[in-house]
Amino acid sequence: MSRPVRFVPIALLVVFLAFVAWRLTVPADTTIRSKLEGKPVPSFALPEALPARATFGSTDLATGKPRIVNFFASWCVPCIAEAPVLRELKAKGVAIDGIAVRDRPEDIAEFLKENGDPYQRIGADAQSNVQMALGSSGVPESFVVDGRGIIRYQHVGPIMPQDLDLILTELEKAK
Amino acid sequence: MRRLFAFLLILAAPAMADSNLPPAQWADRQLPDPKQEAEAKALMEQLRCLVCQGQSIADSDADLAGDMRNMVRTRIAAGQSPAEVRRWLIERYGNWVSYKPPIDPATWPLWAAPLVLLLIGAWIARARFERRKP
Amino acid sequence: MIAELGLAALWLAAALALLQLLLALGFAKADGAKAARPLALLQAILTLLAFGSLIAVFLRTDLSVALVFENSHSAKPWLYKFAGTWGNHEGSMLLWVAVLSVSGAALAVLEKRINEKMLVASLGAQAALGLGFYAFLLFASNPFARLNPAPLEGRGLNPLLQDPGLAFHPPTLYLGYVGLSVAFSLAVGAMLTRQVDAPLARAMRPWVLASWIFLTLGITAGSYWAYYELGWGGWWFWDPVENASLMPWLAATALLHSVNVLAARGGLRSWTMMLAVVAFSMSMVGTFLVRSGILTSVHAFAVDPQRGTFILALLAIYVGAALILFAARAATIREGAPFKPVSREGALVVNNLLLSVILGVVFVGTLYPIIAEALSGEKISVGPPYFNAVAGPLALILGALLFVGPLLRWRSDRRPLAKWVLPSALIALVVVGISFAFAPEMSLLARFGLAFGTALLPASILPLFGRSLKRTPLAVWGMVVAHLGVGVALIGMASDSAFTQEKLTVARPGDKMQVGPWLIELAGIAPVAGPNWTAIEAHLRASRGGGTETLRPQARTFTSPFTETSETAIHTAWNGQFYAVIGRQRDEGWQLRLWWKPFVTLIWLGGVLIGIGGLIALVGRLWRERRWGRQVAE
Repeated sequence: MSRPVRFVPIALLVVFLAFVAWRLTVPADTTIRSKLEGKPVPSFALPEALPARATFGSTDLATGKPRIVNFFASWCVPCIAEAPVLRELKAKGVAIDGIAVRDRPEDIAEFLKENGDPYQRIGADAQSNVQMALGSSGVPESFVVDGRGIIRYQHVGPIMPQDLDLILTELEKAK
Repeated sequence: MRRLFAFLLILAAPAMADSNLPPAQWADRQLPDPKQEAEAKALMEQLRCLVCQGQSIADSDADLAGDMRNMVRTRIAAGQSPAEVRRWLIERYGNWVSYKPPIDPATWPLWAAPLVLLLIGAWIARARFERRKP
Repeated sequence: MIAELGLAALWLAAALALLQLLLALGFAKADGAKAARPLALLQAILTLLAFGSLIAVFLRTDLSVALVFENSHSAKPWLYKFAGTWGNHEGSMLLWVAVLSVSGAALAVLEKRINEKMLVASLGAQAALGLGFYAFLLFASNPFARLNPAPLEGRGLNPLLQDPGLAFHPPTLYLGYVGLSVAFSLAVGAMLTRQVDAPLARAMRPWVLASWIFLTLGITAGSYWAYYELGWGGWWFWDPVENASLMPWLAATALLHSVNVLAARGGLRSWTMMLAVVAFSMSMVGTFLVRSGILTSVHAFAVDPQRGTFILALLAIYVGAALILFAARAATIREGAPFKPVSREGALVVNNLLLSVILGVVFVGTLYPIIAEALSGEKISVGPPYFNAVAGPLALILGALLFVGPLLRWRSDRRPLAKWVLPSALIALVVVGISFAFAPEMSLLARFGLAFGTALLPASILPLFGRSLKRTPLAVWGMVVAHLGVGVALIGMASDSAFTQEKLTVARPGDKMQVGPWLIELAGIAPVAGPNWTAIEAHLRASRGGGTETLRPQARTFTSPFTETSETAIHTAWNGQFYAVIGRQRDEGWQLRLWWKPFVTLIWLGGVLIGIGGLIALVGRLWRERRWGRQVAE
């Protein structure tokens, strides 16, 4: 066996160690980010979520001002944690549209009664079709959409108080 | 190996967040056209569940996996090809969502691996054989 | 008190392992072997004592022990308290060192074929392996840590683990994993003492065989478990954790074949040493992949990146040292008797080549998501479409090699082989033709799997032709049975993938439906309760021609911890399985998932046959060598 060939197994071991050591130091990010950041909101139209509330579609998002599209659900526990922050955003004049994922009108009404209602309009996404169209993979999740209807930022998971500045900055950038 | 112990992940996720809505129309129902159903089934086995990340949507109990199956069957029934549906999802979630790796410069080594290994192996094995004329 | 006893035993065992290593390194020259044997034995007794102590605290549900509190519950059936001992990280690592030290002791006490110098070196390597794992247990995962004050009730065991099959699946795989450590230590010992020869191969062979049997049975059982427990009818998912168990098996299968060449003909010496190192390395890689959680898996269990780092460090040290030793010694290993391409050795070389390439492909594919992300930053998934496309054809070629390989003679075979191969090829061709006529839609892989599997049934028995059956060695019988098992498993896999009938439906009591040849009636739905769960049970009547079978799938809800599982109901007929799962309630009734899977059972029957074949060969080898040993003694 020629000399260099004998060292190939060690070299392979070193390569293996390098890659897995890299992975251990840079742990895998298991959040799946939407690839649509920077792209127009795909076209969709949502049925109304509550009898007396206005709903919306993709064409209603290009209003000239940036806004937030928030995926939520009454069965989602972190959504309760997020609710006060959304109310605060609303108080600051941020327009928020809600998309209720896999939810029933009576449950949505109960959820909004208990946790406050920060939404301008609410649409119902009973089969997660709009969620998939936007590349979202869970609730809660929020998208910052600019005045021309372009997705500028995706926030995965609840917007917590410490995320408030981040969201406001993204809204500012989207102006 | 310790497959046996596991499953906490998949089971815990839906238990925490179960929707009150029943599964979507085509989540757990077959398309009437067997050919379309076979296409949809084959595709679903190659799409990764977004919630319970270790499973395909064909083997997952998660709500979102059910909705993804519904979406796949609806689109296939509407005449889209499996490749189109896959591309639609990849546009949104990246290549991660498909268990079939793309063929691009980043995956050339992966697809070349079998051939390269076979050639290296054959080269090593060749040295073992006695020459025809000693 | 019991916990402290266990901990003390563990420390003592670690000290003995250190002593054994020093002995091998030559610090105590005086007749090393005499001391090494009792040291290895005592070490095994101590680790068994430690493991026994852990079993005892689990059986008594001693909640002052942190591990018991976290993984057990007083209301659990005793079998699962017992199995809960190794159903967690610390306990499973303790089981690992127990098996490691018992293997070392068995090597020390039973091994008479290799000389003392090599035995001491091998035992030293085994002790070095042990030391790392003792350190891991004592410093990073103490199973005996106490809680003060003791909690009143435990947290319970994951209900999915509360299954009799599952209780014994991990120890089976462990025996396989750790058994390979002996092959590794023997290879290291042989390379250190420069005695890579046939007696070494004969000493290594039973260890490889035994580990391989356990791995085969462990993987087969695990596959069946996933099949009935997951409730979607799949039996192999190419999940990283499944691959982690497949890789050592592939390496062990290659080693099993190459070690025969070394034992019988003195050939493939350095290659066999390499494989022995690789096989145990793959056990460690598997353990690392599972414990570190660096790859997303359904089977993520006891994941802890820090512990993963520890295992990686051990892997780097052991495998690195062995490979450096290999590089240093490879030039001095003489090759044995030469052989022609068409010969038994030639066929075994091709077998090893294909198995190694499959191993390489599974390894690369499993790790590639990491490689791709490191190189391009993009996340990709490598799953069944890749593995089936790449490993499938290679495995089929391997299957086709079985038509002729076992018939070849050592060194050179110049007989006209066509008359042996033609019938097999003809059978395969006929099956392909028939399948085209009756199932034109079949995938290529399934079609050829069916054809080669069917042809293998008679082909695997051919090596018995022309032999006196009475005088045929047991090892040959074992080989025939194992190869028959390969054919059987191939037919099962192909049949399941090609002929499965699926029915997803929503039904109310009284509804009837047709699934393949079966007429199914949902007779009723009723609540039932077990010791720590409640469930909804469907009552299905399945009939086909004559009698009626009753299936009762359940949707279970466990209380501690809260978990929902589905209990599959399976009816096994002679020609396949009917598989039923009950899902959620919907407005229109109950979700049912029903499958008719023709000949699916052959997959696991094949796996078991392969294992039995290994067992027959193992018995044959051991018996023969004992007789041979006695003759030498006389």
